[in-house]
Amino acid sequence: MLTELPILSLLIWAPILGGIWVLYAGDRQEETVKYLALGISTITFVLSVFLFIDFDTSSYEMQFVELAPWIKPFSINYHLGVDGIAVPLIILTTFMTVLVVLAAWEVIEKRLSQYMAAFLILEGLMNGVFAALDAILFYVFWEAMLVPMFLIIGVWGGPRRVYATIKFFLYTFLGSVFMLVAFLYLYSQAESFNIIDLQHLQLGATAQKLIFIAFLLAFAVKIPMWPVHTWLPDAHVEAPTGGSVILAAILLKMGGYGFLRFSLPIVPDASLYFANFMIVLSLVAIVYIGFVALVQQDMKKLIAYSSISHMGFVTLGLFIGFSIYVATNSTGGGIMALEGAMMQMISHGFISGALFLCVGVMYDRVHSREIKDYGGVVNTMPHFAAFMMLFAMANSGLPGTSGFVGEFLVILSSYQSSFWIAFLAATILILGAAYTLWLYKRVIFGDVANDNVAELKDINSRETLILALLAVAVLLFGLWPAPLFEIMHPTLAHLFEHVLQSKVAGL
Amino acid sequence: MQHTGYIMTDNMGTIYLWIVLAPLIGSIIAGLFGKTVGRSGAHWVTIIGVGISCILSLIAYKHIMFDGGEIYNATVYTWLVSGELRLEAGFLVDKLSVTMMVVVTFVSWMIHIYTIGYMHDDPGYQRFFSYMSLFTFSMLMLVMSNNFLQLFFGWEAVGLVSYLLIGFWYKRESAIFASLKAFLVNRVGDFGFLLGVAAVFMCFNTLDYSEVFRQAPGLAETTVTIFNGHEWSLMTVICICLFIGAMGKSAQFPLHVWLPDSMEGPTPISALIHAATMVTAGIFMVARMSPLYELSETALNFVLIIGAITAFFMGLLGLVQNDIKRVVAYSTLSQLGYMTVALGASAYAAAIFHLVTHAFFKALLFLAAGSVIIAMHHEQDMRKMGGLYKYMPITWFTCLIGALALIGFPGFSGFFSKDAIIEAVHASTLPAAGVAYYAVLTGVFITALYSFRLFFMTFHGKERMDRHTWEHLHETPAVVTVPLVVLAIPSLMIGAWFIGPMLFEGYFGDAIVVASQHGVLAGMGQNYHGVVSFTLHAFQQPPVYLAFAGIVVAWFLYIKFPALPEKFANIFKPVHQFLLWKYGLDDLNQFVFAGGTRNIGRLLWQIGDVKIIDGVLVDGSALAVRWFSGVVRQVQTGYLYHYAFSMIIGLLLLLAIFVHKLI
Repeated sequence: MLTELPILSLLIWAPILGGIWVLYAGDRQEETVKYLALGISTITFVLSVFLFIDFDTSSYEMQFVELAPWIKPFSINYHLGVDGIAVPLIILTTFMTVLVVLAAWEVIEKRLSQYMAAFLILEGLMNGVFAALDAILFYVFWEAMLVPMFLIIGVWGGPRRVYATIKFFLYTFLGSVFMLVAFLYLYSQAESFNIIDLQHLQLGATAQKLIFIAFLLAFAVKIPMWPVHTWLPDAHVEAPTGGSVILAAILLKMGGYGFLRFSLPIVPDASLYFANFMIVLSLVAIVYIGFVALVQQDMKKLIAYSSISHMGFVTLGLFIGFSIYVATNSTGGGIMALEGAMMQMISHGFISGALFLCVGVMYDRVHSREIKDYGGVVNTMPHFAAFMMLFAMANSGLPGTSGFVGEFLVILSSYQSSFWIAFLAATILILGAAYTLWLYKRVIFGDVANDNVAELKDINSRETLILALLAVAVLLFGLWPAPLFEIMHPTLAHLFEHVLQSKVAGL
Repeated sequence: MQHTGYIMTDNMGTIYLWIVLAPLIGSIIAGLFGKTVGRSGAHWVTIIGVGISCILSLIAYKHIMFDGGEIYNATVYTWLVSGELRLEAGFLVDKLSVTMMVVVTFVSWMIHIYTIGYMHDDPGYQRFFSYMSLFTFSMLMLVMSNNFLQLFFGWEAVGLVSYLLIGFWYKRESAIFASLKAFLVNRVGDFGFLLGVAAVFMCFNTLDYSEVFRQAPGLAETTVTIFNGHEWSLMTVICICLFIGAMGKSAQFPLHVWLPDSMEGPTPISALIHAATMVTAGIFMVARMSPLYELSETALNFVLIIGAITAFFMGLLGLVQNDIKRVVAYSTLSQLGYMTVALGASAYAAAIFHLVTHAFFKALLFLAAGSVIIAMHHEQDMRKMGGLYKYMPITWFTCLIGALALIGFPGFSGFFSKDAIIEAVHASTLPAAGVAYYAVLTGVFITALYSFRLFFMTFHGKERMDRHTWEHLHETPAVVTVPLVVLAIPSLMIGAWFIGPMLFEGYFGDAIVVASQHGVLAGMGQNYHGVVSFTLHAFQQPPVYLAFAGIVVAWFLYIKFPALPEKFANIFKPVHQFLLWKYGLDDLNQFVFAGGTRNIGRLLWQIGDVKIIDGVLVDGSALAVRWFSGVVRQVQTGYLYHYAFSMIIGLLLLLAIFVHKLI
C-alpha cells in the first residue's frame, strides 16, 4: 500500500515545500509558524517510520526506488533509493528535526519563521543526501545543505559567527569540490552517474588512489577526522542550539555515510591501500582529541571535541575490516566492525544532540557556555540534572545506553586485528568518562555557585518532553539494539563482501 | 517425569526473572514517581521489591542446593544478532550464583530497612532508596549472567550506582570528588576488563560462558604476540586482563585508592556496596572464571602477589586512621586482599566462603559504625568518642561480635574462612605463595590490632565527646538495631555451619573448576574431621595467637596506657607520616596521572590544535578568504549565502561544460 507512494520524494520535498510555506506565513503569526513547523516535521517523521516498517530486512538491494530522467544529455537522473545504511540515518534525521523545532519554541526571538524554514529545508536536503542514488543529485543535495546550515550559524549564531561560518564554509566546500571532480572522472569512465553502476565499475590502482584521496578530502572534513577537525568546535560554539544539534547529530554522519556509499565500494583497492593510514588517523582522533576535550573551558567546545573523538570510532570501524579479514580469514569481524561504526553514528546522533540540547537549556537561562560560570545546577534543576546524567553516562559509553554498543563492537572486532589498536581505542573508556563526568561534576554537582545558578528554573514540560524522547531512544537502542542490526546487517554484510573483491584484478 | 522436570525449569525461569525485576520495578517507582508515592511509599515499594527478590532467591537456593534442581542456563532475550554472532542477555543459576544471590539480596534487604532510620531526615530519601534498589538489580544481573556481555553490563551498572551514591550528598566537594575518582579508577580497571572480554571473543568467537569454558582446555597451549617477538600464553593474557577489571572493582593495589574515599557516601552504602557486595564482584568474577584461571599459573601468581600486597599494606593503613568509617574501609581492603590471595592459591571456594562471611560481618561493622555516627550526631572521629558501651549496649554488643568475626576469633564466622585461606596458601605450591603466606599471617595481627583499636576507642575508655553530644547519647531506634542483630547472627554462626560443606564437600559442584595440581582445598579436606577438630587444630597454629596478641596489644595501647600511641607516633614519626600519607599513592595519582593528563591535554590543544593546525591551516585559509572576498567584492551583495549560491551555480555550469566536452 504505502510502498506505492513515492515515500522518499515525500521525505525530501514535504519538508522543503513545508519550509517555504512556513517562510511565507512570516513572522507576524508566530503561533501558526510554530505549529506549522511542528506539524510538518512530525508528519515527515511519521512517514519515515513507514520506511522502517515497510523495509524488507532480508535484502541488501535498494528499496523504495524512484527513477526519472533529469538532465538527459548527461544521463543525470532523479534516482532515489534506500538500503540498510540509509534508512536508519533518514529516521535519525526526521526524529532530530522534530526535536529541534520543539527546542526553538520560546527560545528563538528573531526571525522565527526563517529559522524554522531553514531547518525544514535542511531536513529535506539531508534526506535527499541519504536517499540519492545519482552522484550528481547527491552532490546537489550535499552542497545545497550547506546553505541553510551556514545561514543558521550566520544569522542566529554567537558573536564570532562570521569567522565560524567562513571557516565552516571553506573547509567543507573546498573538501567537496574534489568529490565533484572525482564524480566527473567516474562519469567519464562509466558514462553513468548511477551510484550502483559506479560501485561495479572496474578501476585501475592509480585511479582508485586518486579518487580515494578526493573522496577523503570531502568526507574527512565532514566527519571530521584529525587533523581537519578544527572547524567543528568553532562552528559549534557559534551555532544556535538547534544548529549544533543538527550539525552534531546529522551533518557529521554525512562523512561516515560518504565512506560507506562511495569510498569503500567504489574504490575498494585504494581503501585497502589507505586502510592503515585511516586507522592511524582514527586512533589519533580517539586519543589525542580525548586529551584535548579534557581541558576545554567551554561546554560546547568540550562536547564538540568529544564528538570528534567518538567519530574516530566510526572511521576505525569502517577501515579496520581488511586487517581483520587477513587475521581471521572470515568476514564476521569486518561486518561487525562496520555495524559498530553505523551503530556509533546513530547513537552519537542521539547523545551529542541531547548534550547540545542540555547545554542549550542552560545557555537559555544563564547566557554563558563557560564551565566556570556554573556549579551546583542540580540544586535548582534536579530534573534537568537527572536527564543530563543519563546523557553524560551514555557519552561515557555505559552499557545499557546506546553509546556502549558501537564502541563495544568496534573494540571487540579491532582486537581481532591487533591488540594495540583495541588498546588505544579502548582508552576512550577512561578519557571519555573523564572529560564527560568532570564536566558534569563542575557544572551540575556542588553547592550553588552564584546568583545565576540560584535563580535557575527547572526544565518546563516542553523541555522535559524533548529530553525524555531522547532518553527513551538512548535507552532503547542500548538495551535492545537488535532491530537496528536487523535492518543494517544484510546491507553491510553485502557491502563488506563487495569491498573484499579487488577491482584491479578484474581488469 | 521428564515433563514435570521441564515445567519445573520453566517455573524457575519465571522466578529468576522476578528476582531481577522486583528490585528494578521498586527502583523505577521510587525514582521516577518519588513525589507521588512519598517518602514512606518509596521505602515500602523498594523494601517489598528487594524482599520478594530475597525470598525468591531463598526458594531458588533450596531448589538448587537441597532439592537437586537443575542448573538453569537460558537466554532471556536477544540483544543483537550480527550474522553468526548472537549476543544475548541470559541467566546462569548454579550453585555459585545462587549463593551470591542469597547473600546480595539478604544483605541488601537488611540495609534497606536500616536506611529508614539512617536517612530519616534526608531530603533525598526517595532517590536514595531508588539507587539502592537499582544497585541490587545491577548486582543480580552481574552474578546471574551467563555471558560476558551481561557481566560487563552488571559490572558497569554497579559502578554507576556506586558513583551516584558516593556523590549522593552532591553539595559536598569531597563527596563529588570521591565519586568521580571512584568512577575513573574503576574505568581504568574496566579498560583492562574490556580488553580481556575482547580477547575471549577473538579466541572463542562467542561470549557465552559455557561455550568458552568448554573450549578453554583446548586452547591452553595457544600463544599470542603482544610485543613483537614475545609469545604470551593466551590464557595468561585473558586472565590478567580480566583480573585488572577485578582489581578496580574489588579495590586491589594499586587501583584501591577509590575505596577509602568512597566513605564520603552515606553509611548504608558503605555497608552494602563498598563492603558486602559490589567490591566482591571481582572476587566472584575470578571464581566464576576458574576454568580459565586454572590454565594459567602466571596469572594465578600475579593474583597472589596483588592480593598479598593489598592484604598486608592496606591493613597497616587501618592502624593510623581516626575516622571510624575509614578504619573499616581499610579493613575491607585488607580482607579483599585475603580473598584475592585465596583465588590465587586456587582455593576459590575459600575465597567465596570468606566473601560470604565477610559480607555479613563487614555489613554489621559498618552498620554498627553508622549507629555510632547517628548517636554522635554525624561525628566520625574516634578521638571524640569513647565509653559508648554504657549508652548503646546493642550497638556495642553487635559490634563486638562483628570485630571478633573479623579478626578470626575461634568459633566466629571469620575464623573459619580466614583460617582456611591461610592454610590453603600455606599448602599452595605456586612460587608466589611463600610471600603471600607471610603477608596474610602477619595480616592477622594487624587486623586484630586495628579492629580492637576501633572497638576500644569507640566504646571504652574516657568519654571524649563534647557536652552537647554527651547529653543526647542514647541507643539508636529499632530500625537500626534490628538489622544489627539480624546480621550478628550469621556473623556468629555461618562459619561453623558452612565450612564443611562449602570447602570440602563439593558444595559448588561444577561451578568451580580446580586443576588437580592446584587442589589445596582437596588436600585440606582429607585432614578435615568436623568443626570442633578444625577449631582445636587451629590452636596449634600461629594465626589464633596472632589474633589474641592483637587484642592484647590494642587493650594495652588504648585502654591501659592511652598516652602510648602518641609517643610511638612521635618516635616513629617518618613511618607514621608515611602511613598517614597512604604511601603517597593519592598524591601520585593526583599529580602524575590526573595532572599529567591535563597537561598533555593542554599541550595537544594549545600547540597541536591552536598553533599548528589552526596556525598553519587557518593562515592558509585566511589567505584564501582574502582572495575569495576580493573576487566576490566585485559582485558584492553583502550576503554570504548569495556567494554560496553563486558558487554552486558556477560549479554546475563548470560541470555542464566539462561534461559537454566529454560527450
